[in-house]
Amino acid sequence: MITAPPQIAEPKNYLNAETGLKSWLLTKDHKRIAILYLIVVSLFFALGGIFAGLIRMELATPAGDLFDSNTYNKVFTMHGIIMVFFFLIPSIPAVLGNFFLPMMIGAKDLAFPRINLLSWYIYLLGGCFTLYVLITGGVDTGWTFYTPFSSSYSNGYVVAAGLGIFINGFSSILTGLNFIVTTHRMRAPGMTWFRLPLFVWGQYATSAIMILGTPVIAVTLFLLVLERGLHIGFFDPAYGGDPVLFQHLFWFYSHPAVYIMILPSMGVISEVISTFSSKKPFGYTFIAFSSIAIAVFGFFVWGHHLFVAGQSIYAGLVFSVLSFIVAIPSAIKVFNWTATMYKGQVRLETPMLYAIGFIGLFTIGGLTGVMLAALGMDVHLTDTYFVIAHFHYVMVGGALLGYLSGLHFWWPKMTGRMYSNTWSKVSAVLVFAGFNLTFGPQFILGYMGMPRRYHVYPPEFQVFNVLSSAGASVLGLGLVLPVFYLLWSLKFGEKAPANPWGATGLEWQTSSPPIASNFEVTPVVTHEAYDYSTVQEVVHIG
Amino acid sequence: MILESKSFQLFPESASNFATQVDGLYGYMIVISAFFSILVAFLIIFFAVKYRKRPGVTVASHTDDHSIGAMLLEIAWSVIPLGLSLVMFAWGASIMFQESRPPKDSLNVYVTGKRWMWKVQHLEGAREINELHIPVNRNIRLTLTSEDVIHDFYVPAFRTKTDVLPGRYTTEWFRPTKVGQYHLFCAEYCGTKHSGMVGTVYVMSVEDYNKWLAQGNGEGSMAEDGESLFRQLGCGNCHMPDGHGRAPDLHGVYGMNVDLSDGSRIRADESYIRESVLYPQAKIVAGYDRIMPTFKGLISDEGMLKLIEYIKSMGNPNGVVSERPLAKEPSDIQKTGPMALPESEYKAPAGGPRPSAATGKQQ
Repeated sequence: MITAPPQIAEPKNYLNAETGLKSWLLTKDHKRIAILYLIVVSLFFALGGIFAGLIRMELATPAGDLFDSNTYNKVFTMHGIIMVFFFLIPSIPAVLGNFFLPMMIGAKDLAFPRINLLSWYIYLLGGCFTLYVLITGGVDTGWTFYTPFSSSYSNGYVVAAGLGIFINGFSSILTGLNFIVTTHRMRAPGMTWFRLPLFVWGQYATSAIMILGTPVIAVTLFLLVLERGLHIGFFDPAYGGDPVLFQHLFWFYSHPAVYIMILPSMGVISEVISTFSSKKPFGYTFIAFSSIAIAVFGFFVWGHHLFVAGQSIYAGLVFSVLSFIVAIPSAIKVFNWTATMYKGQVRLETPMLYAIGFIGLFTIGGLTGVMLAALGMDVHLTDTYFVIAHFHYVMVGGALLGYLSGLHFWWPKMTGRMYSNTWSKVSAVLVFAGFNLTFGPQFILGYMGMPRRYHVYPPEFQVFNVLSSAGASVLGLGLVLPVFYLLWSLKFGEKAPANPWGATGLEWQTSSPPIASNFEVTPVVTHEAYDYSTVQEVVHIG
Repeated sequence: MILESKSFQLFPESASNFATQVDGLYGYMIVISAFFSILVAFLIIFFAVKYRKRPGVTVASHTDDHSIGAMLLEIAWSVIPLGLSLVMFAWGASIMFQESRPPKDSLNVYVTGKRWMWKVQHLEGAREINELHIPVNRNIRLTLTSEDVIHDFYVPAFRTKTDVLPGRYTTEWFRPTKVGQYHLFCAEYCGTKHSGMVGTVYVMSVEDYNKWLAQGNGEGSMAEDGESLFRQLGCGNCHMPDGHGRAPDLHGVYGMNVDLSDGSRIRADESYIRESVLYPQAKIVAGYDRIMPTFKGLISDEGMLKLIEYIKSMGNPNGVVSERPLAKEPSDIQKTGPMALPESEYKAPAGGPRPSAATGKQQ
């Protein structure tokens, strides 16, 4: 750790520019709104994590000894809904994107600061519906809400849960809109499109998906609510509906939503790998355009969730081949990140450890996704633990590790404090090891044929379930540690210099934490992003 | 016997014609995936060690990613994975094509999913719950439907599964290759006792299977039951065998293409017959009036299967062997969907390996 440069007086920054609860709840500063999001998103993550822990406890034995079936079904449903809609989708865009997208392009704020605050309140309102569902007795449809079970048979609070997600969707749409307009209209002088940091490219692609996809899930859930409440037939054959129609509509959003979760993480990884290799990302344009390619192709692969759902085999063929094609831009990114480290100056600081963990786990998640894209393979593996393992490798190994990497990367800038190097590295290693122990065995379980959403299971599946539950406790420990050392750093951490990692982005050229208007003078950009020859020797050595 | 003991295993039993194919594809994919995972992991660790920051070295070297070499590298790592994955695509698609085309000589079994049990009905009349007895080395074709929500009929040892939908028929076929007992799971989440909607598939030697069939099912065959339903519901009042009734003669209609009043043609498969009974106004046969009332609510899902089986068993009234049904047309495939795509089930009354009402239980 470095010794903080002597301070004359506590300088004004966005944190101490105004004080009082009201100054936070009515703030229009994108940085403060990001902190508001950070707090609520973290609470939802903790809640979703508790449900995950309960699932793994129950599955440690083949019998249903901890819960009855109804409770178990509600537990995995709440885990899915909270993690997908209230953690993964908002996490990076609403926290890190909100804070850093304007700073990285040299802007004072987002294009619509009031709409930005509104999106946080909408997110809170959606969250309240979900908490209401939780407190009054839960919902047991799974996060996928398949009809006609959800519309005619489930006895949970389907309408309230659906409305919660419906409302929350508007928060995503507004954030996406804000990011797109900001990126188009508010770039600093000289910040051309191909000088944009790759994180901004990732956020831009994500925002496009949010705007185009989210209305579809909103309408779908609204139709579900209509059918359940008023018996207007859309999906239930008893009312003349088509049950598979729901799956088409649901996955038309929910598959692109997977890219809403992973693209921002990929943006973070591009920043972190470059910074901690002190080298421009290899194939900048390939990485940038692969984000756009993923956003576009991602809209045409939803049918791979329906290979065994009675979909025509010819439709299946088209969706299968497109699913293979959408994997290629991801492969390009992985190879480019790896090549970035070649002949760099690699420093294994905590954000870099998380980023390397991301590459490893995301590679496995992506390759197993490719397996599932093959028709004959998917017939055997769909709806088994293989699928569970696959999407956790992408969602946790990918999206969550990217978020943690970004949080550790930008924490000094956001808070003006350095966290403990040792503890954060311990945490990164525990998360990586615990994660693999939790979800690795589930690939084997899936190929053996253990179906997902099973409360009790045949005894021959127990060995790998016990391994998985043991891994979950290691993973849980690794995820609890940051709560302590990050909160500790707020009070006791070393003061962070403006650019502790020797990074090149504009956000590092202002003080830590930044002043309310981000920059003293609007920066003028004269060279490409990631030009490390302009960065002074890194002061902070871990 | 897979169900007993075996507390540790890495692969499920391999007990159908599809199992070895799927395992082969899995092996190919595992090798490719392992290669790329290990390659990436090795390079990252190698670079992290070899190019770790050393004190004194300050200026980062700048690799030129606009050079021709870099461009070739980008092309290589785009095209090679694409090529490898297209092999996976073709391989996976060829397996699924077989899975979607039940052979014509298949033994038909009807399955109804209901929260939270599997009801199985054999043509000969035997009924089972949460059990399926089938002979080894014989193509088995399941016709599945659900009475409530979506279920999924999954036998891991056979490496195949199909969603079981309400209001529709789907098919699943396999040829069991190994005598034994295997897990049957519901793989599509269906509510409270989803994990209890399990059963056992008994693959038996032909002798054992015949013994099993012979013992203790006093009921009539499905077609016989269907015939009495046909009489009870008064279907024959209009669907008269001589073709002079107010409704079309049903003899020999199954599996044939039917001309509709709107000028289109449709193959008379299970789904079409079901729709015509429950929603008679949906499709009108050319030359007939819209007079048929709906039988919705008057006939159960199981009764419907029996009725269909009876209609299948009805031959040509004059005993003349009908022509083979027309070749499949793409338009038929579009209409019925591949999972419901029927094979030409229609056989002349005395022919065919499948027992009909006339030929009795000689399996």
